[in-house]
Amino acid sequence: MDAKKGDWVLIHNIVLNPKERAPQVPDDTKEVPLEMWVKGFINHDALIDSEVEITTMTGRIVRGRLIDVNPYYKHNYGKCVPELLKIGLQLREIVFGGEDRE
Amino acid sequence: MSEDISYLGVMSRKNEIMKNAVGIDYEKFESGSIAFDYEKMMRETGYTLDEMQKIQRDVSVGNTPIIELKNLTKLARRLSPKGKGARIFIKDEASNPSGSFKARRAANAVYHAKKLGYKGVIAATSGNYGAAVASQAAMHGLKCIIVQECYDSKGKGQPEIIEKARKCESYGAEVVQLTVGPELFYIFLRLLEETGYFNASLYTPFGIAGVEVLGYEIAMQFREKEGRDPDVVVCTNAGGGNLTGTARGLIKAGAINTKVVGASVNLKGLHMASDIQFNKKSFTTGHTGFGIPFCTWPDRSDVPRSAARPLRYMDRYVTVNQGEVFYITEALAQLEGLERGPAGNTSLAAGFALAQELDENKIIVVQETEYTGAGKHIQPQLTFARENGIEIKFGNPEDEIPGKNIILPEHPSLIKARDIDLNNIKKSYIKNCVEKTKVTNINYEDLEFLIKDTKSNEEFVKEVLNDLNVKYVQQNLGV
Repeated sequence: MDAKKGDWVLIHNIVLNPKERAPQVPDDTKEVPLEMWVKGFINHDALIDSEVEITTMTGRIVRGRLIDVNPYYKHNYGKCVPELLKIGLQLREIVFGGEDRE
Repeated sequence: MSEDISYLGVMSRKNEIMKNAVGIDYEKFESGSIAFDYEKMMRETGYTLDEMQKIQRDVSVGNTPIIELKNLTKLARRLSPKGKGARIFIKDEASNPSGSFKARRAANAVYHAKKLGYKGVIAATSGNYGAAVASQAAMHGLKCIIVQECYDSKGKGQPEIIEKARKCESYGAEVVQLTVGPELFYIFLRLLEETGYFNASLYTPFGIAGVEVLGYEIAMQFREKEGRDPDVVVCTNAGGGNLTGTARGLIKAGAINTKVVGASVNLKGLHMASDIQFNKKSFTTGHTGFGIPFCTWPDRSDVPRSAARPLRYMDRYVTVNQGEVFYITEALAQLEGLERGPAGNTSLAAGFALAQELDENKIIVVQETEYTGAGKHIQPQLTFARENGIEIKFGNPEDEIPGKNIILPEHPSLIKARDIDLNNIKKSYIKNCVEKTKVTNINYEDLEFLIKDTKSNEEFVKEVLNDLNVKYVQQNLGV
């Protein structure tokens, strides 16, 4: 079993199929479904990709496809953006250095 | 109890669900025509300034410091004609619990929910407001669900939104994440119906009233510090609540000569509900994709009548470009030692440009900052842009094309605040009022309302109505 009852998990659902989407949605968005992700404690043992039931932080019962166990945050401070290094140097030169110096 | 949960089924119950979820009967303020009694709505459903100050004080919201940006002012003066370059100040709203001014809106909304006996609160937001509601809910012991538009159809999400989800979860909230699309509102309604929680909308009278304290504080702090009111207050404008609340607070403090300027990031050409364009933008809020539609039709929000009505209070509306906001964010860190934003720095980029138009003895206030963190920082946001095929380079910001490139100004003198023609926005708003209500003639009450709601005059409104073939009927025959 990938997830044991009580594990913290992430589930996924298709909420609206492309043909069920709202009339005002732009064409490119109409071609794709509306998807939803919710986290919670799984109510039974299960395998990844199986349909499961969870209890969320607020106590709601939600069903969906199990996609992750103990999900964690993967966002970070990004990669080096060399352009940014130049800005501070330029600004300090204008404000504190150079010929315009007070 | 097997209610129809299809899209149309849920949407058809919208009014009933909303009424239960905000506890306001908006019908009471309607005239049946264009006009509705905005001030009565604010008075009867909001709180007094005293009450709001107390509510916020009790949860350590507000009384944020005013910081003079002396080096940015010096920089602005280096770039200005002699004698120009107003003193630039910033209100450090990042020091609120949850890290942004949104704590003020959330403090009132969550207090109200608790008072009315709701067990939990729900808000639909991908921004700082989610974290603010979650933080306030934590303090009051209420449950909290935040609904976010987060990913495109490939499951790729803006780093900034993912960080907001983390922050909400850190306060114990449940976060429901969705792909792009306006049907977020449908999920939101379903959740309200399922849980019976309070709709902590950004646009309720008490939410907007919460920001009044911010405007009021600015006036009071400047009187104490400088012995006078500021000349200009710049507000980042998206849904309009920030500007509306701040301006109302300034007026309540008697700072009636302070000009209020709205600023949005220019995202012209990008469709906000487009799956493909969703990750082509580097700003998820504070941009024209919200700013303009919410000005021209404020009642598009998640409540029947929005308490955020920016056109009522805006003296000027300017745009800045993405590259300029990133640049000024770096400038704030490098010259002032303050790592904040970036989205909240939209008004700083505008304020920096506007300061150069004003005399040296004038005071310009940028009225918010927001916290910075992993994902919510210029470096991950520029990294994300680059990975999504956006070209990043130094140049003239005038050449920036949203969705194609981000142009960092090659010199700070290239940062500009570009005026939006407010009269055009006001005309669109009046046109929308006419179209939504399908009126062919209007009465005195409607005329008065339109003048106030557009901060214009009788001549202007009558001219616009004339172009729309709507007649002004002097006698109110309906009475």
